Amino acid sequence: MRKIIHKVFFAWDFDKEEKWLNELAAKGLSLIGVGLFRYEFEETLPGEYSYKLELLEKNINHPESQQYLAFLEETGAEHVGSWIRWAYLRKKRSEGEFELFSDNASRAKHLVRILTLIGVIGALNLLAFFYNLTIFFIFHNSVSLFSLLNLLLALLFTFGFIRLWRKRKKLKTEQSLFE
Amino acid sequence: MSNPALTEAVFYILLSLMQPMHGYGIMQNVEELSGGRVKLAAGTLYGAIATLLEKGWITALPGPSDNRNKKEYQITENGKQAVQSELLRLQELLNNGKRITEGLK
Repeated sequence: MRKIIHKVFFAWDFDKEEKWLNELAAKGLSLIGVGLFRYEFEETLPGEYSYKLELLEKNINHPESQQYLAFLEETGAEHVGSWIRWAYLRKKRSEGEFELFSDNASRAKHLVRILTLIGVIGALNLLAFFYNLTIFFIFHNSVSLFSLLNLLLALLFTFGFIRLWRKRKKLKTEQSLFE
Repeated sequence: MSNPALTEAVFYILLSLMQPMHGYGIMQNVEELSGGRVKLAAGTLYGAIATLLEKGWITALPGPSDNRNKKEYQITENGKQAVQSELLRLQELLNNGKRITEGLK
């Protein structure tokens, strides 16, 4: 039996998303496909799979991403779906513990990749806001006030950026003691 | 510091590649070498291979296919030098550690 759940997670909460997917998998609902805020599950044995998320460096169809995913599959992981650059991966628990990163340096690198994405989207929204604000004052074009949405998005992404930045800082502190 | 410490992952990858080996083989070899202590995760290994190739410490052997995953890698002369200087560094740590803690017993 298939089941579809709609749920919103932001990029900076990808670890919460991972946790949610693993909790469902522990109950026997295993992710088999993803879309925008949309998750598709199948019923499996409880705890059959563990899940991980990764923001890839390139789009999913890029040859480099395909090579990387093929490499992961060689190590027993399965690519169940992706959304833009986010890859959803799983591995059977019977094949051992599933980790994508085994040291703090590579974990931090992954976080920086996400921070860059969030930063760029946030900055673009802020630019769009100021651009439209200027247009409003020069041409009195009130339509451009819709750009307040851009400001809200920019604020939201700033909030996310700071949250994720703190996580990375914590990793960095640990890295100064342990690998 | 002309000679910064190698990460555990890089050190064991370089040791593994004294013989030609493909990616998954490196993971298994490192786990075996370290008696199960060091388990390289696939993403970490993949990133390290890319960096080592860029640095010229390892090289990809020409294989029958273009598929990078079945590709075998091997250490280069520069890579061997890096291992040698890491061994010196580790030896120094070990010597100092032993010498100073033994006095405390």
